Amino acid sequence: MTHHDLPHTALMRGARPSTAARAARHRPASPPPAGSGPVPVCRLDRLTPGRGAAALLPDGTQIAVFRLHDDSLFALSNRDPFTGAHVMSRGIVGDRGGEPTVASPLLKQVFSLTSGRCLDDEDTALEVFAVEVRDGEVRVGADARAAVS
Amino acid sequence: MSSKRLVVVGDGMVGRRFLEAITERDPSWQVTVLAEEPRPAYDRVRLSALFDGVSAEELSLATDLPGVDVRLGEPATAVDRAARTVRTATGAHPYDKLVLATGSSAFVPPVEGADLDGVFVYRTIDDLEAIKARAEGRAAGLVVGGGLLGLEAANALRLLGLRTQIVEFAPWLMARQLDEAGGGVLAQHIERLGIGVACSTGATRITAAEGRLRMETDRDGLAYDTDLIVFAAGVRPRDRLARESGLDVGERGGVLTDAACRTSDPDVYAIGEVAAVEGACYGLVAPGYAMAEVVADRLAGGRATFPGADLSTKLKLLGVDVAQFGAADGPLATTYLDPAAGVYAKLVLSDDARTLLGGMLVGNAEPYPLLRAGVGGPVPAGLADLLSTGEVEAGLPDTAQVCSCNAVTKGDVMGAIREGCADVGAIKACTRAGTGCGSCVPMLKQLLTEGGVEVSTSVCEHFAQSRAELFDIVKVTGITTFSELIARHGTGAGCDLCKPAVASILASLGGGHILDGEQAALQDTNDHFLANLQRNGTYSVVPRIPGGEITPEKLIVIGEVARDFGLYTKITGGQRIDMFGARVEDLPKIWRRLVDAGFESGHAYGKSLRTVKSCVGTDWCRYGVQDSVKMAIDLELRYRGLRGPHKLKSAVSGCARECAEARGKDFGVIGTENGWNLYVGGNGGFTPRHADLLLADVDAETLVRTIDRFLMFYIATADRLQRTSKWVESLDGGIDYLREVIVEDRLGVCAELDARMAAHVEQYADEWKGVLDDPEKLQRFVSFVNAPDTPDPTIEFETVRGQRFPAGTAGRPQAGPVLLGTPERKR
Repeated sequence: MTHHDLPHTALMRGARPSTAARAARHRPASPPPAGSGPVPVCRLDRLTPGRGAAALLPDGTQIAVFRLHDDSLFALSNRDPFTGAHVMSRGIVGDRGGEPTVASPLLKQVFSLTSGRCLDDEDTALEVFAVEVRDGEVRVGADARAAVS
Repeated sequence: MSSKRLVVVGDGMVGRRFLEAITERDPSWQVTVLAEEPRPAYDRVRLSALFDGVSAEELSLATDLPGVDVRLGEPATAVDRAARTVRTATGAHPYDKLVLATGSSAFVPPVEGADLDGVFVYRTIDDLEAIKARAEGRAAGLVVGGGLLGLEAANALRLLGLRTQIVEFAPWLMARQLDEAGGGVLAQHIERLGIGVACSTGATRITAAEGRLRMETDRDGLAYDTDLIVFAAGVRPRDRLARESGLDVGERGGVLTDAACRTSDPDVYAIGEVAAVEGACYGLVAPGYAMAEVVADRLAGGRATFPGADLSTKLKLLGVDVAQFGAADGPLATTYLDPAAGVYAKLVLSDDARTLLGGMLVGNAEPYPLLRAGVGGPVPAGLADLLSTGEVEAGLPDTAQVCSCNAVTKGDVMGAIREGCADVGAIKACTRAGTGCGSCVPMLKQLLTEGGVEVSTSVCEHFAQSRAELFDIVKVTGITTFSELIARHGTGAGCDLCKPAVASILASLGGGHILDGEQAALQDTNDHFLANLQRNGTYSVVPRIPGGEITPEKLIVIGEVARDFGLYTKITGGQRIDMFGARVEDLPKIWRRLVDAGFESGHAYGKSLRTVKSCVGTDWCRYGVQDSVKMAIDLELRYRGLRGPHKLKSAVSGCARECAEARGKDFGVIGTENGWNLYVGGNGGFTPRHADLLLADVDAETLVRTIDRFLMFYIATADRLQRTSKWVESLDGGIDYLREVIVEDRLGVCAELDARMAAHVEQYADEWKGVLDDPEKLQRFVSFVNAPDTPDPTIEFETVRGQRFPAGTAGRPQAGPVLLGTPERKR
């Protein structure tokens, strides 16, 4: 079992389209490192509110992208660390004590969508990726530690 | 195609197991068996039962093996590997593949006089018959050997009425399994039975005089006068044929094989006690059975390998419980000795005293199942109590494993409750109990009650209401969406507990496709993809086969679909066929073929009606009194697609013989001379329960009407994930109350229940057809939203037993020992 211990600074938050656009305006001078820039994934309307979808990055990384009912977006590793299967995008989203979550569809462990941390097992976490919407298109940071916004 | 010739040398327990396996897996082999003994295979493990009133016939393992040429009393004399022929005294048998299953022979130490009349070994029925004949009218017997076999032989002599003496060369009894203290306690028990025990004693010479025998020993002046002597001091592999034909043998004997039980000649296999698999011989029957299965699989084209053997044993020797499991020795040990009670226990622990490595029990083996299962896990709590009393109390002891997925004991759970865990979610987070298969969650609730915590019936943190209350709210308010329900009656955004529960309520009350609109987001992944998620991220597919009846044409379609999409197929317990390993993007293509052939969704993925099993009933059966197949089909078609708090299973038997096992079902129907009996609330699973009789001897119309009401009343009032068995138990007044409500209509709700079922039957539509007809619903069936045509590259398969499995299946570490045979001991 792989355990990802994420530094707090690497955490990415969900970005609403409008705030993402604003963030992009605010920080035009800090582009992502070359070669790991945001990758377009799909149109926003292709994502069902309240569910996730999997995306395949050019380097083979699998990302689970979740769209909530308020149109906030989250991107995490698609790999369920408890089983090794790439299925996190198929989990049920919700919240625990107000923190947005996704439950693994296999053994139902619950993970925070914001920090990636497993709320049922403090030693385990999912990698969190940057995600934004630009011109109606969902884009995901190719590197977990490279923020796009 | 010319048939393949297979010669098996030896017809013992393992040889026979192999014959059964190979004739079943690959009947194309033309099999010849060359057997030394004049009788077909028998249960050597129970040999001493012959002196306990059991006949030789009862020990027989002979089974009808069509097409197998078993030549009893025709032992193989030589193997000519160049000519690929086995010779016997009367002929030659050519082979393409040869399996050696010659077992072992009793070891007789080189003692002068060991060949005298009255000296025996203890191995075959013939040996025992000779011993019995010799014992007739005599008084005393002596056994050389104080191991498993020796004690068994001593028991046999005692049963023959002989005064018995055991002579053992090692310093204590069962020296291979027990330590000195354990051997001592065992000896004490045996001596209480009047059997003499002399350890650290070796036989040196046997002489005969005046019809009796005298055995001298290596201890000064110690000699025994006796009437018969049995050598039971171990066995040696019978590897002569292999040695003489030039096959490699192990350092301490035995035909050397690889993990596939293949000898140094790839056309020759060895199994059972004669085999030295990767150098190791096994004197137990279970590993031998495992080898038999391995070779049968290989000869059928598979790739099985010997999984290794668990040598744990538990047996009653001379009335004394003896058990040994895992390691017999290790860095640390904790022991318990009560000489007065004759109880000894030793547990071997890791050097940090946190992990149980193994141990032994003498005099009381009650804790054996628990301890054996716990090898490799944490040291059980309350060890001293467990070892001193050895008792499993009426309630569960703290050491009992509650969650076997994560090896969590009751003690762990109670500790968590004492530390403040007040609901199942908290226990899960704290102990991990219930986070695996989930079958212990009901027990966690019980433990919460036992720990003084009042268990809330709230669905989850988002809804203070129980499922039944939410059902009523939805029914009364007419709310049709989750977002409206949670906004008006709950808090937060929902979770994986309340969302599927509400989706099920909406489906029960509203109808419509489960993937319509906002409902799609509520569904568990199984419902979301209308298939069952498996551990590697693929799905399984189960078309409905009502009543288990299927035409050859439809069977062929299933076979073709499985073949074309590379699916693993397995017959389910519910009389249908499960196809595993389907990639998410293949699901619509698979279902297009199935729907075109007339199949419908089997709802194996839903908390819904699964199957209605049936026996063949009056159509074919000589005993059937009712047409169970037709009834099962009618019921399955009536209730297909019905969603509830949990899955629903049913069965119909055509007579009281109950071949369909209807009383293990949520609702079971059994045909009688006068009509039908209806049973409800049965369950298999984690807590089996026989269904209760609700109605007797009713006609079909009454039967169906009552089932309608039973199901609808359950759906309206049960808790989330509460099966009917627990639900019936939870009703105040139980089955009698249920009868008052749904038969006598005490609450006046029957008309509504009837109407609701009528609506369900009318509104039913196949969910998969609904998906195939809707391009928008089809969109979700991709592995990647940005690469719809790319399958998940991490999903890989391998072939085992001729079918596709998730990669890593063959080498997958097993949670426990793989037991392919019975756990009996063999000499």
